[in-house]
Amino acid sequence: MKLRTLIWKELWQRPTTMLTSLLTVTLGVAALVAIQNITVSSERKIAGDMESLGANVLVLPDNVSLQDYYSADMHGQTMPEEYVTRLALARMPGVENLAPKLCVAATVDSIPVTLTGILPRSEFQAKSAWQGLNLIANPVGSDRGCCPTATSVGDGDSESPADLATTRSIQTLGKREVILGADIATQLGTEVGDELNLMGEDFEVLTVLPETGTVDDSRLFAHLHSVQDLSGSGPVINVIEIMACCEDAAGDLIGNLSAELPETRIVTIAQVVETQVAVNGLMSSLSWVFFSILLLVGGASIASVMFANVTERRKEIGTLMALGAGRRFVTQLFLGKATLLGVSGGLIGFLIGTVVAVVLGPQLLGIAVRPMPQLLVIGMITATVVSLLASYFPARKAAGLDPCLVFNDA
Amino acid sequence: MYQLKEVTKTYTRRGETVTALDHSNLAIADNDFVAIVGPSGSGKTTMLSVLGGMMAPTSGQVILDGQSVYDLSIEERTAVRGEKIGFVFQTFNLIPYLSACENVQVPLLLSGKTPDEQRKRALEMLDRVGLSDRVDHKPNELSQGQQQRVAMARTLANDPQIILADEPTGNLDSETRQQVMEYLTEFHQDGRTIVMVTHDSDSAAYAKRTIRLVDGVALDVKDARAA
Repeated sequence: MKLRTLIWKELWQRPTTMLTSLLTVTLGVAALVAIQNITVSSERKIAGDMESLGANVLVLPDNVSLQDYYSADMHGQTMPEEYVTRLALARMPGVENLAPKLCVAATVDSIPVTLTGILPRSEFQAKSAWQGLNLIANPVGSDRGCCPTATSVGDGDSESPADLATTRSIQTLGKREVILGADIATQLGTEVGDELNLMGEDFEVLTVLPETGTVDDSRLFAHLHSVQDLSGSGPVINVIEIMACCEDAAGDLIGNLSAELPETRIVTIAQVVETQVAVNGLMSSLSWVFFSILLLVGGASIASVMFANVTERRKEIGTLMALGAGRRFVTQLFLGKATLLGVSGGLIGFLIGTVVAVVLGPQLLGIAVRPMPQLLVIGMITATVVSLLASYFPARKAAGLDPCLVFNDA
Repeated sequence: MYQLKEVTKTYTRRGETVTALDHSNLAIADNDFVAIVGPSGSGKTTMLSVLGGMMAPTSGQVILDGQSVYDLSIEERTAVRGEKIGFVFQTFNLIPYLSACENVQVPLLLSGKTPDEQRKRALEMLDRVGLSDRVDHKPNELSQGQQQRVAMARTLANDPQIILADEPTGNLDSETRQQVMEYLTEFHQDGRTIVMVTHDSDSAAYAKRTIRLVDGVALDVKDARAA
């Protein structure tokens, strides 16, 4: 027989009190694990959503005010195309994609349309090669940012032109090729491979974009330089859309962009990012608040149960002392029990919290939750520490009992 | 050799001082069998507690084998108790959630024996008190007589030199009482010192000496069963 045998058998002697004290600790850990799991998964989802949103920073001419994020290029003001090159060469951390645009009004079969000039990424390669900067082998931005993989201007061959709808940029686009939004394609009755006459020139329909629910659905996209040439606008653009990593969009990137292009206006959806980050931060903080409150209640419950346990077991403790148990042994008897309760509470709480998050996350919040094993360690350590702290005074009380109480009339 | 030298023990209760032992002197030789008798409140249990190293006297000394027990630290005193002294209690004081064998193992666990050594010794002791067939029974599955025999097996587990018994027959019927006293006599015959507090004159008759406590003072009554 060992000390742990005594602890274990005594626990099962009074399972109700054991389960009561276990319950609050377990709930505390379960609440933390469930909310943290959901928070972290929510952050991942938001990050994913932001990525799929495409460009999240806009560079506009200085005197433009942004009314609609998706029609940021429909203001008639222009700025030099050379800004794009400046940004590409600056290689700022967090910049994944640069997508300059120029919008002009045009007609197709007497239907008024918006023709948007876009610059395929192959153009960046040409510029880079011309300037000898070897950007082909390096990302547009830099690998110093937060992006898991910085977008390379040189690697996009497998990309479909239809990806323009989500990535806001395209790898290659011929000078006489055009991409149609979903609505305008339907309106014009045009399909892939058809010829369209735009501003006196024939363009071949490269692809039709999937429906996005934005103004892009009613646009036509052609090579930026073709649009500049045909419209006679010269080497200018209306906007540069930048796809940046979320964290950088809310961080230093804006300052860096403003410093690089002081004569422009930098608009970001940082507010959106910040709001989402703040909500997640609030959830995360709340989980710690719940955790703390429940652990406090759990600690109080354990302390109360332990004090009652010491009172209940006075004769047993006295007997053990009469038989040769020292204060250390008696203390270990109670702190050992507290450790067992803390570890079990942490483990069970982790399992319950994880199951709750994995099951309810997708059902209630539409978030796929991945279990976080690191919370097991946090839960078990915290629950054990709380349990030990709560049991410290009861254990001291037990160790300080007068062994004479074992005698009949003591 | 056990000696009480001018031992006084006073308690303060509700502002009043009660003297449980009053300059008591007592010498108990090795292998003595002493019955301590006296009316309720005469200080019998106090004397047993003081002898057991569990209650420091207000003044005076308790000498065991030439060593002043209360000059030792609490931990040293606990160790002496574990090694040299065994207790028999009126209410047996078995741990309810442990089997008979595990109850006997407790003092062996406390003295640092391995689980195998504990089990082997516990089975020997239970065999000695005639309970080989009850080793895995919990206390509540045993009769009172059997429970007291388990308690006596536990007392013997560490082979103590001294057994302090507090009303060992107080809760038993006459037949079981006789059986328990015969076991104590047997332990005495093994060479152990027995100090027994009792109200029962029949039980006291098993002792070699009877000490009567009157108002906290120990008086030798007779040399019982003088050889």
